[in-house]
Amino acid sequence: MAVEPLIELRDVNKHYGPVHVLKDISLTVGRGEVVVVIGPSGSGKSTLCRTINRLEPVDSGTITLAGRPLPEEGRELARLRAEVGMVFQSFNLFAHKTVLANVSLAQIKVRGRGREEADRRSRELLERVGLLAHAEKYPAQLSGGQQQRVAIARALAMDPQALLFDEPTSALDPEMINEVLEVMRQLARDGMTMVVVTHEMGFARSAANRVVFMADGRIVEDRSPEEFFTAPESERARDFLSKILKH
Amino acid sequence: MNVLTDNFPLYAEGFLGTVELTVFSSALALALGLVMASFRVAPVAPLRAFGTAWVMVLRNTPLTLLFFAVLLGLPRFGLVLPFQLFAVLALGCYTSAFICEAIRSGINTVPTGQGEAARSLGMTFGQTLGAIVLPQAFRSVIPPIGSTLIALAKNSAIAGSFSVTELLGTYKSLGELGYSAIWSFVWIAVGYLVITLAISGIFNVLESRYGVAR
Repeated sequence: MAVEPLIELRDVNKHYGPVHVLKDISLTVGRGEVVVVIGPSGSGKSTLCRTINRLEPVDSGTITLAGRPLPEEGRELARLRAEVGMVFQSFNLFAHKTVLANVSLAQIKVRGRGREEADRRSRELLERVGLLAHAEKYPAQLSGGQQQRVAIARALAMDPQALLFDEPTSALDPEMINEVLEVMRQLARDGMTMVVVTHEMGFARSAANRVVFMADGRIVEDRSPEEFFTAPESERARDFLSKILKH
Repeated sequence: MNVLTDNFPLYAEGFLGTVELTVFSSALALALGLVMASFRVAPVAPLRAFGTAWVMVLRNTPLTLLFFAVLLGLPRFGLVLPFQLFAVLALGCYTSAFICEAIRSGINTVPTGQGEAARSLGMTFGQTLGAIVLPQAFRSVIPPIGSTLIALAKNSAIAGSFSVTELLGTYKSLGELGYSAIWSFVWIAVGYLVITLAISGIFNVLESRYGVAR
């Protein structure tokens, strides 16, 4: 695909103490691409996702966003993070703020929008994820699926260039998974650049441009979903797929 | 019994002295404690080191020794202030170390995901702390801060030994006037109770208003 690269990781290494969690990771995500990262737990896929906005600093290698290397912790990095939205496994909505305030807060503090403008934008986005009626509630009053949709709206409110999803449906009841995946599919159709760490193979098949399979801190395969699911090249991927696709 | 009525102006002066010491030192302790707690969780290593050193030195120094250091030490460096102000400095700095640790324990009760979410949205350290972490930590630090300020009110008695007018110090004058020591102290104790119960009351109200809902 001859698209402009938006996220580029080159030879990234990371250790947690003696554990080598990312081994020489190189990955390029083009603008508008949807890359789904799958793999067994402990394979480093969440860590990989979190290094892209430097919630996890790396030991070596370079990470660039739109051609600019990630800066050190500080204002520069904060500015860059605003360009890359993140959706967490545990939602992480601000517990002491209403749904509307959750979506508006960073628009006001980071983007410098006025409260009215921010709230108007927040309502638009809440409408888009089907939760406008819940704007005045607190996160604890919503179901997991609803909270996660608010979290997506909150990330979108910054008008980010890319979105990172760190196992967005892993903490959800099965019946709520689809409402979140549907929002994500819509984003993918709208051309949002997305890196999605997930165990939802159906989503990978239907929405991904590329599937990245990780095991033991390495990228083992990086291919189209069609090729990956029908004819995985590596033994490791075949083994993984046979375990999860049986039932 | 008539110790109080006969010497009401003396008691009142001492009581006011203790109230002033408590209020001003509390304000200083809360402000410094908040700053030091922020330092201790900051991403900048020198700030963290400064906060840690501040707590280590002040929390582990006997308060009386600290009074000596401030009242006798600072004038040697040319800093001459009223004794009451010196006392506020000593009490405020000493207590700030405890406030700092209470706030820091509150910060630790806030799930790390809250801060990560704020940072991932592009909020700076200050914004994350001020808008997300501290408001949620506040609920759980109300009780320990109340206890610390009550301790401060009682610790202010040490200032009496350094010629600062405060409640406990009135016993000397009363003793010289020949009043019974027991009744002098009973009324002094009542004075402290009024102050400490008032602090408890304020913090009970704060807790019922902002405390963690269960």
